[in-house]
This record gives sequence, C-alpha cells and structure tokens, in this order.
Amino acid sequence: MAWCPGCGNFPILNIVKMALAELDILPQDVVMCSGIGQAAKTPHYLRVNYFNGLHGRALPPAIAIKIANPKLTVIAESGDGDTYGEGGNHFMHTIRRNPDITNIVHNNMVYGLTKGQASPTSEKGMKTPVQIGGVVIEPFNPMATALALGATFVARVFSGDIMQSKEIIKAAIQHQGYALVDVFQPCVVFNKQNTYQWFKQNSYYLDDTHPKEDRMKAMAVAFDMERLALGIVYQKTGRPSYETLVREGNTPLYEQVLDKQKLEQLLQSYQ
Amino acid sequence: MKRFSGDISIVLGGAAGQGVQTVEALLVQVLKREGYHVFAIKEYMSRIRGGSNSTEIRVTNTKRRAFVERIDLLFAMDKDVLPHLKHRITPDTIVLGEQAKVGTVENCHVVNIPFTQFANELGNPLYTSTVAVGVALGILDADQKVFEDYLRERFARKGEEVVAKNLEAAKKGYDFGHHVAYDAGIEVQMKRDESVKKEMLVDGVTALGLGTLAAGCNYISSYPMSPGTGLLTFLAEQSKAFGIVVDQAEDEIAAINQGLGAWYAGARAVVTTSGGGFDLMTEGVSLAGIIETPIVVHIGQRPGPATGLPTRTEQADLNLVLYAGHGEFPRAIFAPGTPEEAYLSAQQSFHIADAYQVPVFILTDQYLIDSISSFPTENLEHKKAKNHIVATEANYQRYQLTKDGISPRGVPGYGEGLVGVDSDEHDESAHITESATVRRAQHEKRLGKIQGIRKEALLPTEIGNVKKAETIVVTWGSNRGVIEEVLELAKTDTVAALHFHQVYPLPEKTKKLLVGKKIVVLENNATGQFANLLKLEYGVEITDTILKYDGDPFSVEEVVRKLKAIN
Repeated sequence: MAWCPGCGNFPILNIVKMALAELDILPQDVVMCSGIGQAAKTPHYLRVNYFNGLHGRALPPAIAIKIANPKLTVIAESGDGDTYGEGGNHFMHTIRRNPDITNIVHNNMVYGLTKGQASPTSEKGMKTPVQIGGVVIEPFNPMATALALGATFVARVFSGDIMQSKEIIKAAIQHQGYALVDVFQPCVVFNKQNTYQWFKQNSYYLDDTHPKEDRMKAMAVAFDMERLALGIVYQKTGRPSYETLVREGNTPLYEQVLDKQKLEQLLQSYQ
Repeated sequence: MKRFSGDISIVLGGAAGQGVQTVEALLVQVLKREGYHVFAIKEYMSRIRGGSNSTEIRVTNTKRRAFVERIDLLFAMDKDVLPHLKHRITPDTIVLGEQAKVGTVENCHVVNIPFTQFANELGNPLYTSTVAVGVALGILDADQKVFEDYLRERFARKGEEVVAKNLEAAKKGYDFGHHVAYDAGIEVQMKRDESVKKEMLVDGVTALGLGTLAAGCNYISSYPMSPGTGLLTFLAEQSKAFGIVVDQAEDEIAAINQGLGAWYAGARAVVTTSGGGFDLMTEGVSLAGIIETPIVVHIGQRPGPATGLPTRTEQADLNLVLYAGHGEFPRAIFAPGTPEEAYLSAQQSFHIADAYQVPVFILTDQYLIDSISSFPTENLEHKKAKNHIVATEANYQRYQLTKDGISPRGVPGYGEGLVGVDSDEHDESAHITESATVRRAQHEKRLGKIQGIRKEALLPTEIGNVKKAETIVVTWGSNRGVIEEVLELAKTDTVAALHFHQVYPLPEKTKKLLVGKKIVVLENNATGQFANLLKLEYGVEITDTILKYDGDPFSVEEVVRKLKAIN
C-alpha cells in the first residue's frame, strides 16, 4: 500500500468495498476509473476492473465506458487536485451530460503526492512550500459548481464516519445519473489545518427536514462555509442519463457488428 | 477561336455565402452523370461570410486528381475575384460574370452574364446558382437533359414550383452559355466515358468516413477543428443508421481519453482533429502506448504553427505525429493519397490499432479532405472488420508476457476475469510496479510489437518505371495525384515516383528500390520531414527536395517547373 499510516484513504476504501458488497454488485461488473494522485491508487486495492489513466482524466474514460457498456457500474474516484484542478473542464462538462456514473472525490484540501502544495479546495491563508505567504485565491466550491451545472445527485461525506458515508455512497451508486460524492478527508502528513478534529468540529449532518429536491436550498447549503453540511444535499430523479440519450439499448458495443448491407447501400448512393 | 481539347479548368470565384459551393456541387454531379471525368478542389478563407473563395473544377478526357494553376474559364461572382486570382489569369483565360459587379484587371476581358436580369425574370436571385451552372454546361455543350433530370431529383422535395423555376433558370443559363460559346468562338472537345456514370463521386473526407464505417467504427468523440471536423459530421449523419455513438467533447483531451475508455470497454473508436487539437491529445497518445489500448486518430493537417492558416493545406505535422507523446512506444501512421486510399487507410488503421494495441494515425490535409473525384466502387478494398478481444478467464492477466508482445485483450464484463489498465509501469496483472526487471520485460514487450506492424506495412505505389529510372521522386499523402499527372505528361523513363500511403513504419523491402538512385522528395512543408524520415528508416541519401509551404497544394505546372530545374 502506498498510503501513509492514518491516511483518510483507508476508511474511504473500506466504505467503497462495503457499499459494493452490500449492493451485491459483482466485481466483474464494476469499472473504477481514476486519475493520478494518492486517491487515484484506490482501484489497485479493490477486486474490480479499472482504468487508472492520466492526471485529471478519470471522467472522460468513465463516460465512454458507461456508454460502451451500460450494464457496467462505473465509478470515477480521484482526489480534489485531480478532479477539481487538472480535470476541472471534464468535471464541468461531465455534470452537464449526466452519465450514470458515481464520482467519488477524496477532498483533503491539499496536494499529497507532490508534497503539500495548495489544492483547489485549500482554505485561504493556508501556508504551503509554494504558497509561502498563504493561499490568496478563493477555494473551489465543488457542490455549488455541481448544482449550478445541473448535477442530479450531490452529496458530501466525512471519511471519519464509515457507517453514514457508506449509506450515502450506496445511494450515489444507485442513483440513475451523475452522482458527486465529495469526501472530507484529513491528510495527516501535509494538512495540519484540516484535521480529523477540525472536520468533526466544523461539520454537521443534514436531517430529514432538508428538502433534497430543492435546488435553491441545496445551493444555500453548498455556499455555507461556516457550518459544513454532510449528507445528500440534492437529488433529482427522472432526468434521462447521457448513455440513454446518445445510443439505443444497452447491448455492449463489442457485440455490435457492421451492417454490410447498409454500407453497400450507402456506397451505391454516391454513384 | 478558343479550342479546349481533353482538359479544361473551370474556376468559380466569389465571397462566402454567394453560392460558389452550390454551383460546385451541382456542376460536378451533372458532369459526372454525363460521363465526364471531373476533379474539384476549393480554397477558402477562414470566415463565414465575405472574403474571396474559389473552386477549381477540371473536366478531362482521362482521370486527373491534381490542381492546375491555369484557368480556362473563370466565373466571377463579385469584384474581389479578379484581384484575388490575378496571378492565375492569363490572356487565354475567359472571364465570365456580370460586368457591372465584376470590375476588371489588366489583360482581361469580361464576358457579360446578366445575372441580375435573369434573377428579375425569374422573380428571385435564389436561382442564380442554377443559371451559372447552366451557362457552364452550355459552353461545354453538355447534355441539357441530364441537368434537368438532376434538378428534378434534387429539388423534388421542395415542391413543383421550385423544380419548375430551377428548370427555367437552367434553360436560361444553358441557352446563354451556348450563345457565349458561339459568340466567343469557344469550342470544347471532351470525351464522355460511359463507365464514369456508374462511379462514386465523393470528397476525401467522405471516403475516409465510409472507410471508418467499413472498419466497424461505433464511437467518435471529438472537438471540432478545421479541416478535421468533416469526419465528425459524416459519422454524425450516419450515426442512426450504423449505431455510432457521437460525442462532442469539451476539449481534445477529453476526446482522446474518451476514445481510449471506449476501446477499453470494447467499442471501436476514432478521434478526429487538426494539428493544434492534436497537440492537446499527446499525453493521451502516450497513455495509449503504455496501457496498450487501441486508438485511431485522424489529423486533417493545415499550416501551423499555432492557428497558422486555418483553412489552407500543408503536410507539416508528420514529425508531430511521429514523436507525439512522452516515452517510447510503437505506432503506425497512414497518409492516403486518393479517396480509395482514404477508404483503405481507415480500415487498415483500425486493424493495426486493434491487432497490436497501439495508437494509429491517419494524416490527411485540407487538400485531400476537400478534393472531389470519381472512381469505380470496385476500386474500394474491403478488409474484414474483426474484433480482436477475448473472453477472460478467472485468472486473466491484462499484460501477460507473450512471444510477439501482444497480450490477449479482454474487456470488462466479458468473461470471468477482471481487466485493469494502468498508466504507471505495471506488472502482468496491471498493478503498479517499480521493479526494474518487470519494467524491462514490459517495455521490451511493448516495443517489440513494431516488428509485426512493420511486416504488415503497406507498400508504396510505384508510378512509372521505378526499376529503370535514375531519379525517384518520393512523395506521400495528398501529393499522389500531382506526381501521377506530371510523370504522365513528362513521358520519360529517367524519372519515376514512389508514393507512400503508409509513412511509418516503412516496409523493409522498399529500401532496395531506392538504393543507388537519385532521390527527390516532394512534400508540402518547409523542412522536408519525410525526407528526414526516409534517411532515418532506410539510411539513404536525399539528393534534393521539392518543398512548398504557402498554404496551397502543389500545382501540376509548379512540379513540372521544379523537376526541370533539378534535372
């Protein structure tokens, strides 16, 4: 294992394992896509199919895999730098497409693998070997961005709470459409500011009174930087997912054969 | 008296949006239906409206697929045409157009075509294109009935009135064309060839698209960029009929990464772009190299660097494609020279990509993409569209070491096993490793695949008597038509040509055709990229190069001049 002792990645790995087991999904039917970074190594510690590609590029292959074989359960799992920074453009446009995939983002608010620089979600003022006077730019707000772009499932969990996080990730996997799960996670080596203790003190769970289907209310929750909400912030059902819009049926494309008669007819039409 | 025998070059000039494209489309269709050999190529500015664009349509006794500088008949639609094409207008050029709108340049007399008057008589300027086609056909003394039948067919959907008006416009134009020919003493002698009527008439990108369909392509993800967009549009048009997934990507990085994801899951994907877009894809190309997932990328070349000349032509991205992506891994590059080769290129690319699990590139350019010509459907070579995937067993290992370096490729959900791919160096089971032994084994396995790819390399086309000739003109991609015509006109045994349809890796046995000869490399770039590759691959000395890098394709006249200067 490439992770440091006490890393928030361990509980997340357990959560995902348990969620898949409890949902009775066969390893053969799961594809996990990841980019680069410590979080992106997750598929190596699970018994599933995986596409561990380039930094920031977990989502484009995930979309294509879901389209090419809609019967597969596709999970894109990477870190905050990978998903929100390097892959920001894919993050935006994947949400707009709404493919039926689950996007789990390990959000520890710091770069781990490159040794402690600011990530897109680092808080203002955080000092790093590069941001020596502290971070001066606004942190990226993944939930508000996702909501603005029409995400159909937006949730936030805390890696310190395995049982509740597991239920939310199960709901995300079962959601028909794009599901974002932003995972609060401490980096015990490089982030001395956002610790287990800090996440516990600054977060709370949304209760049953939160109207999950109300986008404006969800947006208010996403914008609240003082009290950080955990739970399913927004869920909208019924919107067709991308793979059902760009092709017919759900036969894997490897079973599709060329219609030679149609090709012959088409060739003739140019005479 | 002006007589054109067996070869006439008609050029239509006008601003974007003035109907030049409509006239071109109508004219080539009708001429081909009449049994004439036609070849058409356009040049246009990078704008939606205005500017000055032109289309050259050659009508010839035998098949020609090359651009000529010479203009025999010039149809000018506005005052910018003559200044724009001044360098190609000679006292022999017959310029036709509405005098009041066209203006004039030195040494040039404009034969008046009263388009405005015709439009008034017809009650609508919409029919001007049909009038213009009629005039051209009248001058050529083509069969009016074929034109009328074509118009009926083309406009049937738009109703009786539109058909009737078009027929009226056609007659006005045709009669006027006859009258012009008589007045100016123009006589066109052109053979009709019955067999042409049954031929296919397509542009390069359509042929490439048809080949992509024939290759069993079922997925395209791309970001539009001229001149590569045509393939995306073509496959979108055919997507319903052939079950093709079409995704307009947010950027070229997404496009190639989607393409790789699609292949990984068992689809057959293509990505299309131009040089600038391909720059963004290069990390993805490197990814394809290490995860050994097939990918086919079409690059429609245009002059760079950066935005360069967006709508013009060049062959300057060979080095880019040859070296794209960090690290070392095998690849193959095709560069078709005709529509038939474009059709084959696509199929061969899918075959090599799939069989060897490598990235494969098709290099075309604006000139090939936009060139329209006809050929017998039987000329098209069909390859079997075979899927090289296997059903996995429980103990499946994606990167199993094998003798030829090709590990059986499983896809997720097909069989008992699990399929992992990793951009890190990996062991046979696709897990990250930093073992030097494993690294060497996997790297050698990947690189070793080039041997099989080289064995399957397409042989170049020999033009003229290559064995006998002292000088071999070596060329590639879209220059095939021009060198064929130049050598045919030259009627010499001392010069022959080799046209490479596959530009990397090169077939081993071709080397002996070049050893001991004077080698002149003809290519549409400034630094002789293919000349350098020839040296590298074959260790031969290059005697001379004929290069061009002004955004235009080689003309027949230019190659004749430059070859003479060398010999």
